[in-house]
Amino acid sequence: MAVSVDEAVSAGPGRDHTPPTRRRSGRGRAVLEVALLTVLAVVMLFPVLWMIETSIKENRDVYAIPAKFFDFKVTLDHFKDVFAGSGGGRSALSVSFLNSVVVAGVSTALATVLGVPAAWAYSRFSVKAKKDQLFFILSTRFMPPVVVVIPIFLMYRQLGLIDNKLGLILIYTAFNVPFTIWMMKGFVDEVPAEYEDAAMLDGYTRLQAFWKFTLPLLLPGIAATAVFALIFSWNEFVFAIFLTSSDSVRTAPPAIAGLIGGTTVDWGLVAAASVVFALPVLVFAYLVRKHLVAGVTLGAVRR
Amino acid sequence: MSESAPLTIDQPGQAASATPPAPGRSRRLSDRWLAGAFISPALLLLLAMSVFPLLWALYLSFTDYSATRGGPAHFVWFENYTAILTSAQVHLRAFTTLIYVVGAVALQTTLGFTIAYLISRRTHGRGLLTTLFLVPMMLSPVVVGLFWRFMLDAQFGVINSMLGSLGLGQVEWLTQQGTALLSLIVVDTWQWTPFIMLIALAGLTAVPKYLYEAASIDRASEWFRFRTITLPLVWPLLLIAVLFRAIEAFRLFDLVYILTSGGPGVSTETLSFHVYKVAFLGFNTGTASAYGILMVLIVLVLTQLYLRYLNKLKED
Repeated sequence: MAVSVDEAVSAGPGRDHTPPTRRRSGRGRAVLEVALLTVLAVVMLFPVLWMIETSIKENRDVYAIPAKFFDFKVTLDHFKDVFAGSGGGRSALSVSFLNSVVVAGVSTALATVLGVPAAWAYSRFSVKAKKDQLFFILSTRFMPPVVVVIPIFLMYRQLGLIDNKLGLILIYTAFNVPFTIWMMKGFVDEVPAEYEDAAMLDGYTRLQAFWKFTLPLLLPGIAATAVFALIFSWNEFVFAIFLTSSDSVRTAPPAIAGLIGGTTVDWGLVAAASVVFALPVLVFAYLVRKHLVAGVTLGAVRR
Repeated sequence: MSESAPLTIDQPGQAASATPPAPGRSRRLSDRWLAGAFISPALLLLLAMSVFPLLWALYLSFTDYSATRGGPAHFVWFENYTAILTSAQVHLRAFTTLIYVVGAVALQTTLGFTIAYLISRRTHGRGLLTTLFLVPMMLSPVVVGLFWRFMLDAQFGVINSMLGSLGLGQVEWLTQQGTALLSLIVVDTWQWTPFIMLIALAGLTAVPKYLYEAASIDRASEWFRFRTITLPLVWPLLLIAVLFRAIEAFRLFDLVYILTSGGPGVSTETLSFHVYKVAFLGFNTGTASAYGILMVLIVLVLTQLYLRYLNKLKED
């Protein structure tokens, strides 16, 4: 293997190989590459596996020194603790999960309703300073959240929106709208404007043409965009921790982070809550894997 | 473009249906009206939730307002700004942020590109490999931060446990001056290497096969092919990914908050985290606003760069 490393690295432009050696070194190199990929994959996935493992370990095994990788007792107690409160009834964590569903769901719906028509209009019409407008829209998404939250905090204090789900929904909508517009504009650009022209030739108005012909074609794109918006709001932490405080309003990220506040930390519970929290995201991300490049670059890069 | 063409063609269809007189003119008006009606709600929301708060912050940055003390704000003009720009504390935070951004982005770019290159050379199992590698990126920073905090724990963390079984000493990763910032960089790299990998992979798979075939007919070496075909074609996309990550790393807050809370001492206190301390622990709202405005300016410069390269990529 060492030989193939040398060859892979140092084969300069001028060096000439005879065919047989090249083939052998090619195979050695392939083995090395697969080995390297495997090591990297293990390193990248280990924390995730460790989290899942911790979530099903008994407390004694969670804190075992040296760490137990295989022979531990499996328990689902931590998952039970995530949902069921200590005195019966629902736990504070499960309430925060429900809040997350509401906040992420409503803000995504709002961002879609506001963003999709805007994206269509930007794609179809000649708007004044279109490029500048689009750039402005995207740059609002890049503002540092810790900075934005200062005036938002003061603003919400005046409006009574502190510790209120509506406040979170509004700010999440505002940070998902730029993404929705950029992402959707790409999808709208892919639908030929001629469809609408043809429909208008048949006597439909522009609005009807959009509603009856373009919108149905956009549905898969809208679904993918909404899924990303959902993930962004679901994972958001900074606004959530500064703008909410009570258990009945808090979303899951600050609630999970709140688990490590005390002197002793129940890492099994933290792991279980994290798994429950991350699972829907992974499922959703898998559903939109085709659009991941566009999604994670906020709709800016398309392939 | 799509506006002028239908104008002339549509006349007959319009005349047939029962629409108001002068269809051509009303069509143009209604298009403009429609564009306005579809775009303005989104823009109004952004004005209310992004621009207005920033303008308010700009106003506050010239005052000595404090969110807890209340009372009227006094104009102090540029006092906040001069205080920040001349403060040695802030210079230290800026330096920490610089190390963090450069270190994390450089590491994840190298690693991410390497993984993408290795994956692009495989013919089997590419989809599965890519999916597996992407998992860290989709996790919330809260989950990532918490979990690494557990793994890096000095007493029962799995990292120290592994070091121990290798016969190496224990390291207090998050509570030691030297290693805390390094840990932060490692965790950020772990989470965002997949991002660079994903985009590099998109670039690598878009390189036309015939270029490589032509090169191998010319018996060009591997390194030569990489340098003259692969890199120039992937570079523009990679640059966008790097800039994107730089912006994100610059404004990062959650990971610091959860992993180290800026400590030990101030060794991992980035600019983002310092703003939080000034605003929400010190309640110097005016100073924090001035600070925030300066950060926004830096982000705007980076965003402009990002958008410029993006534009260039789109035009090619």
